[in-house]
Amino acid sequence: MNSKCYWRRWAAWALLGAVLAPPAALSQTQSESSTPRVQITEGVIEPVSIAFHPFLAGTAHARERGERVASVAANDLVGTGLFRRTNPDAFIETITDFSSRPQFEDWRVIRVEWLVTGESEDTADGRIAVRFRLWDITQQRQALGLRYHGSPQSWRRIAHQMADAIYMHITNEGAYFDSRIAFVEETGPKDARRKRLALMDQDGANVSYLTDTGRLSMTPRFSPSKQQLAYISFRSDRAHVYVAEIDSGKTELIGEFEGTSFAPRFSPESDRVVMSIERDGNTDIYIMDLATRERVRLTRHPAIDTSPSFSPDGRRVAFESDRSGTQQIYIMNADGSRIERVSFGEGRYSTPVWSPRGDLLAFTKQHRGLFHIGLMTPEGQYERLLTGSYHDEGPTWAPNGRVLMFFREFPGESLLPKLYTVDVTGRNLREVPTPHGASDPAWSALLD
Amino acid sequence: MLQTVKLLGAVTVVAALSACSDMDMMSADGSGAAGAAGGSGSTGQPQGTMSYFEREVGDRVFFAFDSHEITDEANVAIAAQAAWLSLFKDATVVVEGHCDERGTREYNLALGARRAAAVKETLMSFGVTEDRIETVSYGKERPVALCSAERCWKQNRRGVSVVRGVPGG
Repeated sequence: MNSKCYWRRWAAWALLGAVLAPPAALSQTQSESSTPRVQITEGVIEPVSIAFHPFLAGTAHARERGERVASVAANDLVGTGLFRRTNPDAFIETITDFSSRPQFEDWRVIRVEWLVTGESEDTADGRIAVRFRLWDITQQRQALGLRYHGSPQSWRRIAHQMADAIYMHITNEGAYFDSRIAFVEETGPKDARRKRLALMDQDGANVSYLTDTGRLSMTPRFSPSKQQLAYISFRSDRAHVYVAEIDSGKTELIGEFEGTSFAPRFSPESDRVVMSIERDGNTDIYIMDLATRERVRLTRHPAIDTSPSFSPDGRRVAFESDRSGTQQIYIMNADGSRIERVSFGEGRYSTPVWSPRGDLLAFTKQHRGLFHIGLMTPEGQYERLLTGSYHDEGPTWAPNGRVLMFFREFPGESLLPKLYTVDVTGRNLREVPTPHGASDPAWSALLD
Repeated sequence: MLQTVKLLGAVTVVAALSACSDMDMMSADGSGAAGAAGGSGSTGQPQGTMSYFEREVGDRVFFAFDSHEITDEANVAIAAQAAWLSLFKDATVVVEGHCDERGTREYNLALGARRAAAVKETLMSFGVTEDRIETVSYGKERPVALCSAERCWKQNRRGVSVVRGVPGG
């Protein structure tokens, strides 16, 4: 049985089903004659079962680290909704030698499909190492064997990279666990909300702060290749675009104009920022070269033109405009030529964001009192809505183009917004743990 | 016609409020010997304060959903603001544009800017010079009414004129 073939079929069926049917209910028949690994009935996926045998170690300290690494990696995988972790209480075999093959039958009888064994060490240079093997129980062979080596502080990144390797092998999708999220932490009452920029690992760990709450700071976006964030902050009561160096915390104002500037995004080469500049009540889209600070105006229209987003090849910019009367999505060349409307449905379409794979636009849609996160192709076809609630807004793409994060606001006076993830089929909606309220998420590329 | 009547009515009201004994020291353009920027106490210019402007003249106008159109009521209110500004020539104004929460963040920053610009244009149409007016947008970031219903949202869709250069009162 070819695991790659199963996942491709699953993904294709899920996509087709999501296009043809409401996301909550999919039903189709599997054409495989043998027992399928993934069942899709009535919108429920049967996850693949994976077991993590306790990692071997020579010291209690290294063993405890091994447990942490396995736990973080397992959490990543289970969090996709595609994996189920077998309880160690059910294990029959106890493995004592990392180099030996497992007793496959002992794992098959407890319905484990994939087994992870590992070893955690302290290396002579004061660093740590983790090695693991991924065993395909069904085919009774080793699927992967990798070793990671790094500083003691890098154990979480090791765990995420291990989980990525496992995920890529089993699902045939790209990696995304070894990445970070920039977001806005929100605290305080609704009429005196405090906002500051924050960073965290994509699983919610390692929260740190870039700005203080003295001024409103919002909408952070990662540079694709440099350790920088573009964002806006209110200075003298006006929104302005800033670029911050993530490592040093140094910030620089780049949008000092009459009027205001906002909605910044980096170009794929990281050398330019596209943004909205407002003057005398009119908002248009400009691109600024970060080295020369020269700006080029892309739109000239009394409409509100905002929320620009580059295509991954840097040739086009998607944006929202109300030039037709209500907010709709448009795409233009990166020099401002050839502006074409892309969304034509009922409702208001905003915040278009191009997938890193170039195949989809994510957006926010308002219709009949609800807010949705939705997807469509850059040609404006195959629109489907992934979520719907009182207020969902602001999608950002995981590096593999298969998962989205957004923020959700709640009606009433007291609840703070929170971050959520959902996959491109509309499944596996999950809250992302943050210490306080959170909004405006931005997902980094895979870390170097 | 009706609009002109309302406008004249508003200007008359403000003029009438100004024509009290405390204001005798002021010349028609508001620069009195007692100092136009002086306190509201002893020299008695309580009308020339921020709190008077907010309470008595009215510092805000409201907008329909997703709109920056100045309604008839807004027009009258802005006329009253302009009339006050013509009496207190040292005052400048920052017009804040705000939105309700039922929109996306960046669009609302732009819509708030449109609303502020619309109020500014209307002030200018009533004779306030451009150099006295600044505009800012807060988008949906600074609501005053917190419930998730139209009765609150309509209070948040507002243009607020914040006067400067006069005592707080």
